[in-house]
Amino acid sequence: MSNTTIRLTLRIWRQEGPQQAGAFVSYALEPLSPDLSLLEALDCLNETLLMAGERPVCFDHDCREGICGACGFMVNGQAHGPQRATSVCQLYLRHFRDGDTLTLEPWRARAFPLQQDLSVDRSAFDRLLAAGGYVSVNTGSAPAANALLVGREQAEQAFAAASCIGCGACVAACPNASASLFVAAKLGHLSLLPQGQPERQRRSAALQGAMVAEGFGSCSNQLECSAVCPKEISADWISRMNRSG
Amino acid sequence: MKLDPQLPGGAIQGAWTQRRRELPLISPINKRRFKVLVVGSGLAGASAAATLAEQGFRVTLLTYHDSPRRAHSVAAQGGINAARNYQNDGDSVERLFLDTVKGGDFRAREAGCHRLAEISGAIIDQCVAQGVPFAREYGGTLANRSFGGALVSRTFYARGQTGQQLLYGAVQALLRQVDAGRVELLTQRDVLDLITVEGVARGVVCRVQASGCLEAHTAHAVLLASGGYSNVFHRSTNAVKSNASAIWRAHRRGAAFANPCFTQIHPTCIPSGDPGQSKLTLMSESLRNDGRVWLPAQAGDARAPDAIPEAERDYFLERQYPTYGNMVPRDVASRRARERCLEGHGVGPGGRSVYLDFSDTIHREGRAAIESRYGNLFAMYERITGSDPYAEPMRIYPAPHYTMGGLWVDYNLMSTIPGLFVLGEANYSEHGANRLGASALMQGLADGLFIAPATVGGWLAGHLHTEVNPDHPACRAATASVQARIDGLGSSGLGSSGGRSCDSLHRELGEIMIGACGISRHAQGLRAALAQVQALEQAFAEELRLPEPRAGRNPELEKALRLEDFLQLAALMLRDALAREESCGAHFREEHQSADGEALRDDAKFCHIAAWQWNGDGQEPLRHCEPLHYRHATPSRRNYR
Repeated sequence: MSNTTIRLTLRIWRQEGPQQAGAFVSYALEPLSPDLSLLEALDCLNETLLMAGERPVCFDHDCREGICGACGFMVNGQAHGPQRATSVCQLYLRHFRDGDTLTLEPWRARAFPLQQDLSVDRSAFDRLLAAGGYVSVNTGSAPAANALLVGREQAEQAFAAASCIGCGACVAACPNASASLFVAAKLGHLSLLPQGQPERQRRSAALQGAMVAEGFGSCSNQLECSAVCPKEISADWISRMNRSG
Repeated sequence: MKLDPQLPGGAIQGAWTQRRRELPLISPINKRRFKVLVVGSGLAGASAAATLAEQGFRVTLLTYHDSPRRAHSVAAQGGINAARNYQNDGDSVERLFLDTVKGGDFRAREAGCHRLAEISGAIIDQCVAQGVPFAREYGGTLANRSFGGALVSRTFYARGQTGQQLLYGAVQALLRQVDAGRVELLTQRDVLDLITVEGVARGVVCRVQASGCLEAHTAHAVLLASGGYSNVFHRSTNAVKSNASAIWRAHRRGAAFANPCFTQIHPTCIPSGDPGQSKLTLMSESLRNDGRVWLPAQAGDARAPDAIPEAERDYFLERQYPTYGNMVPRDVASRRARERCLEGHGVGPGGRSVYLDFSDTIHREGRAAIESRYGNLFAMYERITGSDPYAEPMRIYPAPHYTMGGLWVDYNLMSTIPGLFVLGEANYSEHGANRLGASALMQGLADGLFIAPATVGGWLAGHLHTEVNPDHPACRAATASVQARIDGLGSSGLGSSGGRSCDSLHRELGEIMIGACGISRHAQGLRAALAQVQALEQAFAEELRLPEPRAGRNPELEKALRLEDFLQLAALMLRDALAREESCGAHFREEHQSADGEALRDDAKFCHIAAWQWNGDGQEPLRHCEPLHYRHATPSRRNYR
């Protein structure tokens, strides 16, 4: 906890709707506690804008503890900002210097159309999963849980892949706007487990096909996706997908 | 109002099987003639929608999120209980049943708790089959841990992200049905009203966030699985948009609200510092296994923790509870921490936190041992506070976490409005006056995977009503009333120039509620708070500022619609806390405690579920009672000394 305050200027992409033109607008923030998060700084800015009769900045957020995956925008050109393994809701002002200017910009990708300001439509991710990112098992038809043995190591690897929160930073950071890391993580999670084996090939083809159809680009091994991932999902999953689906 | 819990007769064991046998079935061909609406995409909503669709019903799921995966089930850390006795440590359905009834301090129905324990094992089977990567032993079997003071290891987990993994399993099952065309998934919709036709729930009115348009959706049955209402306290461990709107609006349309004052406060949360802080982050209570809670013995001692010698530290939980020490239940730990802080011993900003100190364990077992156990929690703490918990003690404080109260439902999960079912945290059911750790995920999935899919079908079998479409007069009337409400919000409607922001009003509501209706309550404080909340409602009506109306998104309006419902619900919580003249579970009334400060339950007067009936704006709501009977578990007093 610190008693000093920090003064920041936010340069924010403002765009009223998908059809309107957008532009950057700069806002000098009141001095704030460095123990606030960047989203809380936006809350403060929005209250000021509201009381001044201006339209508040629209940004996506919800859990504010880095697990729901709702938040995300570029901070000075980096998806989720400069802190490693951190979604933007967990990015605190103490990581910036007094007087800094931060440029906030929405995810830019054809498959993520802009809604308003910093908010984009990521429903394409759900359509990718709907194409086959699951195990086809109806409620009631499951065998006894311990009938399926899964090695400890294998379960932990599957968990690591399954911890993807679907925020879209990987797509935003990729020069090709590829969803390869998102898709590869889901394929990796399910193909490591015995439950995922029967549909493995079909699932891989379906998800990769859907990725192209939704307008995501291809992977060209820039590895920016993994570098910005708040859950540190490894780009090795992409290699695994390319090797064996 | 008639409260018929529809409890099964006869022996409690096997009663659910018997009920399922009695529920009428619908032929596969006819199932597709029925449409079901589900509100909420958390564990309960997503699993109910997927299961009903698998059975052949046409399902529409509405969620305020942009993706079902964002629902706040995703944030549950600890695990999910199931009476599988995989550890051969004496667990059984009967033991989980008794633990649940006792944990709830004898304010839940025995039949429901028994059913939950019976179903618990099948939930794990289903989740494993979906590909949930639970923790495993080296031999490949499922791992378990003990949780929340339970004497057996019955908690299944996926590191500290069990809720996330279970939710993804449920959401993947849901998306499979979306792909098959059996579920219509409608995201970014705020449900703002319930539509009833001849007293039966037939649909909802929602606002499309992207456009601001209102939509009416109709069905043969409506399922609310919209979560809890901890955000009535403004800052809680909930997601900041978690809200009570769907259940509150259903309450205003006739659904009884049960025990709204039963709210759980979790002792190990990162405390608040700045007024601009938007939430309180929970840290797993497993930390209390190795951390020691203490405060300076001297009130007002402002020295840094390492400058306070051992003799001048007060390990107050160990002192007050020599047997359980730092592992006392959530409500006891929370109450004692608050008490010491009010007496001036608290540390940190405003003296509103206590130390949780790991130095003894680090000294004894080494840093590596702590790192392997709590590495991710320590990293989270450091990320949020900027302080290194290996070097100095954590500061923690209790925060609102879970609401046991919710819409009253019968054994079949149907509310007092026929055709309206309520699932998961949104209902009042098995947790009674206090929920056990790792039982929320269990209840959400029990409701969504197994109970609702059986009972909703049973209800529909008798009610193939005529089709109601969105042009029906009831839909038009409900939509018009929602539109009128939106138009009337703010001092002069949308684009108003009032003087209060929604956030400032919500902060004030939170202050009132956490002070008067949080960890500890008394009549005088509750009455004063009721007057304050009513004054705040007035301020909301007269002074709220909202930005200009527009075709696109308006997050301030979304917040205002949620806050209006929280304000009304807050008043009901206060009335409920006032009326319950006893201390039980998470509800601690200062007038009802023993000489040594322990809760005094009053089974003679309050062994019942209080179900409140809405009686119109400006009118006092009516309190109804559903008596509770204990035939298998003997009501006993909790004692942790």
